[in-house]
Amino acid sequence: MEESMVEAKPEPKQLPAAKQPQGLRRLFGQPLVRNIIVGVVALVLFYLLIGHLSQYRIYQLSQVGPYLIALVGLSVLTGQNGQISLGHGALMAIGAWTLTLMQLHTKSPLWLMLIASALVTMVFGALLGLVAARLRGPYLAGATLALALGLPDITTRYQSVFGGYQGLEVNQPNAPSFLGATATPTEWLAIIEMICVVVVMILFANLLRSRVGRKFRAVRDDEIATQVSGISVPRTQVLAFALSAAAAGLGGGLFALVSGNVSPGGYTVVLSISLLAAMVIGGSGTLAGAVWGSLIMVYVPGWATTLSQKLSLNQSVSANLALAIYGFLLVAIIMVAPVGVQGIVRLVIFKMRNLRKEPG
Amino acid sequence: MGESRSSLRRGFRVIAVLAAFSLVAAACGSSSSSSSSGGSSTSGSVANTASAPGITPTSILLGSHQPLTGPAAPGYSEIGPAIEAFFQYVNAHGGIYGRSVTFKYLDDGYNPANTVQVVRKLVLQDNVYAILGGLGTPTHTAVVDFLNQNKVPDIFVASGCNCWNEPKVHPYTYGWQPDYIIEGKVLGAYIKDHFAGMKVGVLYQNDDFGGGGLIGIKQMLPASQIVSAQPYDPTTLTNGLGTQVAALQAAGAQVVVLFTIPAATALALLSMAVLGYHPTTVSSSVSSDPTTLAGLVSNFSKGKVGASALNGLYTLNYLPMSSATSDPWMQLFLKIHSQYDSKEPVDGNMVYGMSMAYYFTLAMRAAGQNPTRQDLINAINSQGATWTGPGLAPLGYSATQHLGFMGSEVVQLNASGGATAVSPVYVTNVQGPVTTHASVEGPVPSWLQ
Amino acid sequence: MRNFWNFLLIGVSNGLVYSLVALGIVLIYRSTRVINFALAAMATFSTFIAASLIDRNVPYFVAFLAAIVFGFLLGAATERFVMRPVESKSPLNAVIVAIGMLIFLEAMAGVIWGAKLRNFPSHFSLIGLKIGGARLAISNFDLFIVTVVVVLLLALLVLFRYTKLGLMMRASAFAPEVARLLGVRVGRMLTLGWGLACAAGAVAGLLAAPKVFLFPNNMDGVLIFGFTAAIIGGLDSPVGALVGGLLTGVALSFIGGYLGSDLENVGAFVILVVVLMARPEGIFSSMSARRV
Repeated sequence: MEESMVEAKPEPKQLPAAKQPQGLRRLFGQPLVRNIIVGVVALVLFYLLIGHLSQYRIYQLSQVGPYLIALVGLSVLTGQNGQISLGHGALMAIGAWTLTLMQLHTKSPLWLMLIASALVTMVFGALLGLVAARLRGPYLAGATLALALGLPDITTRYQSVFGGYQGLEVNQPNAPSFLGATATPTEWLAIIEMICVVVVMILFANLLRSRVGRKFRAVRDDEIATQVSGISVPRTQVLAFALSAAAAGLGGGLFALVSGNVSPGGYTVVLSISLLAAMVIGGSGTLAGAVWGSLIMVYVPGWATTLSQKLSLNQSVSANLALAIYGFLLVAIIMVAPVGVQGIVRLVIFKMRNLRKEPG
Repeated sequence: MGESRSSLRRGFRVIAVLAAFSLVAAACGSSSSSSSSGGSSTSGSVANTASAPGITPTSILLGSHQPLTGPAAPGYSEIGPAIEAFFQYVNAHGGIYGRSVTFKYLDDGYNPANTVQVVRKLVLQDNVYAILGGLGTPTHTAVVDFLNQNKVPDIFVASGCNCWNEPKVHPYTYGWQPDYIIEGKVLGAYIKDHFAGMKVGVLYQNDDFGGGGLIGIKQMLPASQIVSAQPYDPTTLTNGLGTQVAALQAAGAQVVVLFTIPAATALALLSMAVLGYHPTTVSSSVSSDPTTLAGLVSNFSKGKVGASALNGLYTLNYLPMSSATSDPWMQLFLKIHSQYDSKEPVDGNMVYGMSMAYYFTLAMRAAGQNPTRQDLINAINSQGATWTGPGLAPLGYSATQHLGFMGSEVVQLNASGGATAVSPVYVTNVQGPVTTHASVEGPVPSWLQ
Repeated sequence: MRNFWNFLLIGVSNGLVYSLVALGIVLIYRSTRVINFALAAMATFSTFIAASLIDRNVPYFVAFLAAIVFGFLLGAATERFVMRPVESKSPLNAVIVAIGMLIFLEAMAGVIWGAKLRNFPSHFSLIGLKIGGARLAISNFDLFIVTVVVVLLLALLVLFRYTKLGLMMRASAFAPEVARLLGVRVGRMLTLGWGLACAAGAVAGLLAAPKVFLFPNNMDGVLIFGFTAAIIGGLDSPVGALVGGLLTGVALSFIGGYLGSDLENVGAFVILVVVLMARPEGIFSSMSARRV
């Protein structure tokens, strides 16, 4: 996937290829085709990988997917379009409850439920986008934060529908027979997620390369110039919000499946804030940054806990210390790498390429 | 189970010898008696084996999820250390069948998404034998299916939700503290007996805890007697409980029932003091640990009101009060506290944690020397209802009922933070009538001395 | 009718604390264009300092002042050593750093003082005043809060309007390049601004603690409603912070009282959206309408 991610960086320059290669090369040169090939290879590698992992490791890995997809959405909205959202946790909640309620009340197949999670959330996102298009910077951040605060309370207000604080149970799908009799729901879920990740990455990579992506960046960089050149700024912003919400909704649906339940305590302001932090730390506006961000969200708190437990303090102190380490890392990473982990990776790749060129 | 403890035969595996050695050492160290201390002694003829996940010949690994950080941590973060301290004491007194217990409790910050994560880690990676005292309704709800699908004993959930008592759906899950509906019924029964005809108002948290309590109260009192029921949202306690208390006052409630977490109880008492509203106040056991509350309400008016804001508050009690220093169980707990838990305060949370660990120790001893996970379940189902200890009310365990303590007594707090019992023990289950009994608190067994 | 007045008074008394938090947010936003989410933790930390001093029998007002000084130093140090390197990069980065600080400081409060619920003395009585035979939901302590908020606002007004220091601070905030050319030490002014803002946050923490108790996360909820208040009032306006806070407090109190407390959070969102649809940069925004 690495190649396609790097392609998606915000610089609007590298658009139509200057030279037109021939035949198969030309086909492979098509970004879409290349992305699909890379995606399929990644999928196969992932399938081989999980064969070697313990159930817990697979489960842990399957937590990455929902965050990753939500972060892709947030990254496009904030990094590419310049709209800050502190409410993506609430959008994930909408996707999560959509899937859960469909599973509870209908006999829909899984793919339909996942698509519905994305679409329902997209509608909410478009509505939110209408509000957001009038707001800038911190005012938008405040409005979305208030959404993240308020939305979970709907579930306790209408307990009979949404399950109240206890939430609702979500059944994890059983693995289909072609994966073999020993495949567990955990493994199957990891595979479903990887498929979703690949599809979402390919869709967004192409979106960002397209006219729409250029519009997004134009609005981010200079609203007045964009408006003058005949592109509707509010319409672009609403579109960005809707697409971003669709990704968050799909992420939420998958998150419900992985957790095996949905309850408001899992979708608080803390989730929204963590998403924004992970997005920036991974590398704002890049798809690869979303990968780093989601890995950080899943693995770093665990490492911080392990680290603080090494000090053999009492559990309560050590749990707080783990949190302190996490907070410290947020500050430290931003200070060391203002453009996020992906910024560092890109710098390293750039330097290595230069090194290779010099001798020749 | 009362075999002699020193008939070591040749040919034992090294590990069994070691286990027995440590046991003998422990027996010498303590005030050894010749009583049948069954569970804690290795059998003369059978060696300890690794009979189940998390069990080795010398150790038992247990897991739990507790809120150690975040808004729910205050107070509840003391329960894990108390359970751990009790097991350290048990380990120093020979362990359980010579095995020492390790209690690994991880922080979930009271966030169900984290609970799912830490419980999977405990079960799939750390391979715990059982989950003990997982805390909180929304948090534990997120893992109860996973634990039952994997047949992991899910013992004594630290929440009074009625949802743990579903042996058909969740055969591996057991409640422990009195069900919230039972608490509501007991409070309702007390009001019916002592405050008949007075206007009753209810302040309750808008979840299974407050909702369950309200169901219980409504079962016991005529609808006309309840003049107002005010819910509150625990996430907006920042705004205080002034509006709810003002509404109860306006409705003319003479008795106010609190189904509130301790911080909300303090806020409610604060609002009552602010508004000059002095109803008879009655609260659930969850609401009113006197030690915690006394600390919170002592400064309402430059300390002048002091703990008297608590004076006269009725509350429920199913374990010894932490202030009851003459109670033999409290004496044991204080001894354990000074040895292993001295960094945490002595309060209701400590009593709660240590008592829970005690009943779990009973369950492990009953499960046999080399228990499978199913053996533990069978032991609780068949013997659980007969266990006695610090609990005042009987336990309701059977194959068809996974209910913990079936009731409690009503106590009244005084200005100094102490309490006096003002009723016998009310006993009931979720549907049945309420009856009164004497306390079933049992003596401290010799193997703990 | 008595309910109505009580709901109003409860709202005012909550709202004043939100005003103080909003003021802390506004002061920092004015000078550095950063939303300081760490304000909650700074307030809590300062309050813990005061509580520790009071535990050691230091008089209440001495501890109060010490906590404010601590808040000032914490804010100034944060700007100088943590924010300065990231401020210039992107506003988003500064927000994430502030969030990191929030998590770090709250966790450290948990490490140092433990995850315990404790009370914090109020010095003045919290018991409602007796007016016409009935106690109303306003106490001597509430009157103390009113006094503190008014004094603080007046002091800021004097500082910004009538002193050279205030003029330099304003110049540094609105036109740093010009100010620098005129010999103003812009960096020092920004540090001062953060110090003042966090001192205001410390005051908010000290005044909120008797009512929300003291524990590592005690100001989280207050911060969110305070942020709401700052946005409603307009992030550039100290007067907006006062009005926004009162509006938020009273509105939430009426929503909680008449509609149910489970709608308070949703209510905050609705109020925010309604206000922002009419005034996208808050009621007292000094800026002209948005650029496009």
